[in-house]
Parts: sequence; structure tokens; C-alpha cells
Amino acid sequence: MKVAVASSGEGLNAPVDMRLGRCANVIVVDTDTMEFEVHSNPGALAGTGAGVAAAQVVADAGAEAAIAGNFGINSLRAFNSGGIAAYVGSGTVGQAVEALLAGELELVE
Amino acid sequence: MSERSKPTVSVAAGKGGTGKTLFATSLAVALSEIHPGQVQLIDCDVEEPNADILLHPQITQHTPVNVLVPQVDLDICTRCGLCAKHCQFSAIAVIRDAVITFPDLCAACGVCAYVCPVGAITEVNRQVGSVAHGSTVRGIEFVQGRLSVGDQRATPVTRATGSCNDDSMITILDAPPGTACPMQETIEFSDYCILVTEPTPFGLANLEDSVETCRRMGIPCGVVINRDQAGRPGVEDYCTREGIDVLLHIPEDREIAEAYARGETLADAFPQWHDELVRVYEDVIRSLSQTATAKVEE
Ligand code: SF4
Ligand code: SF4
Repeated sequence: MKVAVASSGEGLNAPVDMRLGRCANVIVVDTDTMEFEVHSNPGALAGTGAGVAAAQVVADAGAEAAIAGNFGINSLRAFNSGGIAAYVGSGTVGQAVEALLAGELELVE
Repeated sequence: MSERSKPTVSVAAGKGGTGKTLFATSLAVALSEIHPGQVQLIDCDVEEPNADILLHPQITQHTPVNVLVPQVDLDICTRCGLCAKHCQFSAIAVIRDAVITFPDLCAACGVCAYVCPVGAITEVNRQVGSVAHGSTVRGIEFVQGRLSVGDQRATPVTRATGSCNDDSMITILDAPPGTACPMQETIEFSDYCILVTEPTPFGLANLEDSVETCRRMGIPCGVVINRDQAGRPGVEDYCTREGIDVLLHIPEDREIAEAYARGETLADAFPQWHDELVRVYEDVIRSLSQTATAKVEE
């Protein structure tokens, strides 16, 4: 499974970003191999619509779940409509993915 | 302003509750007595329209304000994602099997429908507000815009409301508070902007912003000081320094506040204010004709 994590950095040790819409990068982790790709978030500097733009990046990367400190109403609507699970996570990207696999993260709707 | 058309005066304030609507409606009432049937008041504060509370108009017509938003036929759509890729406002997203539109973000530019390779997108009307038309017992033509509940985009409603501006009438525009887009879109319809302020440091700070906005937009402005008190010269000094006309002082007065609470304008409740309000309008006209002459001489 692929999981997209909002982050200000570029790897598994980078911190999870508080906000999906404004994060610098979306890090997409393959949970089978823990390999990852870094996608820059076009909405990071945008005004309104940042959450939708970031949600589109997550979907285009083929992720089935997304992790961020927080989700705006627009990105949540996009994820819920498209069937991508959104989870609240913290710590590093790697820790957040581990926590998700352990079933420790809270699902937001 | 062409020679035959009558001027449009906007009334603005740095924040709500400064007496902007009280002044705008009072001016309309005073002018309607010497120019019967020739005065129009347009309430452009579409997020919180309230000029009706003071003018008590009879509303005869409501016109809907619509914007175009995309509608996707999911049976035809191939989920190619081109619409989302080309939308500059992130107002449409293709998330796995779903195509989701965000009407609040949509600028109705039509790009998504244009790029869709299979013609799955049509543009449909969505109502975002309405404009009420009517008149008062004194024969003031009344127009009031109102944003639909839950809608966030004031712009189309403000524009539709402001464009009811009738050139053959003396038009007073009640602008939304602040200096953001809706205020600018309103005063853009006017030849002159009257800024209502309180004589407090906070009022002065707001006034400075408003004056800067008017200057940047090239709209001449003057100031009305509401709830004026002796010993608060800050706003007056600022206006003198900047060469801005102070058109009127409305004192801090319990009777005025009570009349307002009863839903009466200054001109209705206090006949002695009548001439003062008319004088303000004449000062504005004089200042406009001086600017026009200066422009011709340039
Ligand atoms: S009409 Fe323009 S702004 Fe609205 S969704 Fe389509 S492309 Fe985006
Ligand atoms: S461009 Fe047309 S076909 Fe492609 S995803 Fe958008 S609506 Fe569907």
C-alpha cells in the first residue's frame, strides 16, 4: 500500500507537517518496502484551494491513505469522496507510517 | 462622470459600526427632499446588508445573482484528470473514481469544460445571492444586494448590486466595511468616496488605510467624523496634514443613538440636520468640479 505523508522535509526522518495544504512536500511511502518518493506540493504557496491541490497530488501518486497533522475541509471532502483514508499523525514521516501500520492513528472524516 | 450624468458617491468606513449606514441613509433622505424622485441608495454591503432598517423600503422585486459552475457527467467522464490539471483555482479534483467540484473556489473561467477531451463538463447556473429592488415612501429608489447564506464569494453579488447604479440619478452607495475587495469593488463604481470614522486612535488607523486605498484607486475622498467629542483632535489633525476635507462632524449624542435604535435617520429625526447633509453633498460636487477643472487645465 502507498501512504502519502505531509512533510516539511524530504525523507523518512523529516517531521510530519501540521497542515496538508501548506506542507512543502508530500512524501509517498510504499509500506511493503519503505521506499519513498518526494512530490513537491504546488499548493504550498497558493492562496485558497491549497488543500484541494495537495489532495490531487496524493491521489495522482496512487496513495490509498494520507497522513498530516491536520486536514482542511476541502481536502477532507476530496479524500472522502474519492475513498482515500485521512489520518492524523505526528513525529517523523517514518514513525507516522509505522504507527499507521500498527493501527494507532486516528481516522478523520 | 460625464457631463449629463449625476455623480455617484460611495460611503465607506474602516470597520462596521462606525455610523456608515446611518450617514449614507441620512444623506439619501435629505437629498430626496430637494431632488424628489432623483435619489437612489444602493446597499452594497452584501454580507451584512442593513440599510433597509433605516429606510424601510417597499421591496417589489428580487433578482437572483448566478455564477456558472462546472457540472460533470460521470457516465461520459474517463477520469483523465485534465480538468483538475488545468484549473488554476484548484476548484475541481479527480480523486480516484470521483470528480469533485468546489463551487466556492471556482472562478467560472470555463477552462475545465474547454480542456475536457470527451465533453463531460457543462457549465450550469448556481445562485450565489440576490438583489432586491424597491422604493421608500419618500421616493428614494432602493437597491440592496444579499449574499446567499453559506456562500463565500461576495464579488459577483457586489458587482451585480453596484451595477444597478443609475446614471440619471444621484446615487449613494453604502460600501462594505474595511478596505478589502468588496469595498474596493463598490467604491470603483463611485466618483467620490465619503469615509466615515470615529475620532479614536483606532478609527484614525482605519481611516489611514481607507484613504490610502482611495488614493491608490484614484478616487477623491472626504471625511465624516461620527461620535465626535471635544478633545479628540487626532483625525482632524491628520486630515489637515493630508489635505483631506472634513465634510461633517456628527457629535456623540444620546438622542442620535436613540433615533438610530428606533430605525430613524438623522434627516428623519432631526430636521436641523437636513441642511447640513445637503451642504455636504454640495461640497462634494464643488470638489469634484474643481478636480475636473484642474484636469482640463493640466
Ligand atoms: S470553471 Fe475554471 S475555476 Fe471553475 S473549476 Fe473549471 S477551470 Fe476551475
Ligand atoms: S477532463 Fe473531462 S474526462 Fe477528464 S477527468 Fe475531467 S471531466 Fe473527466
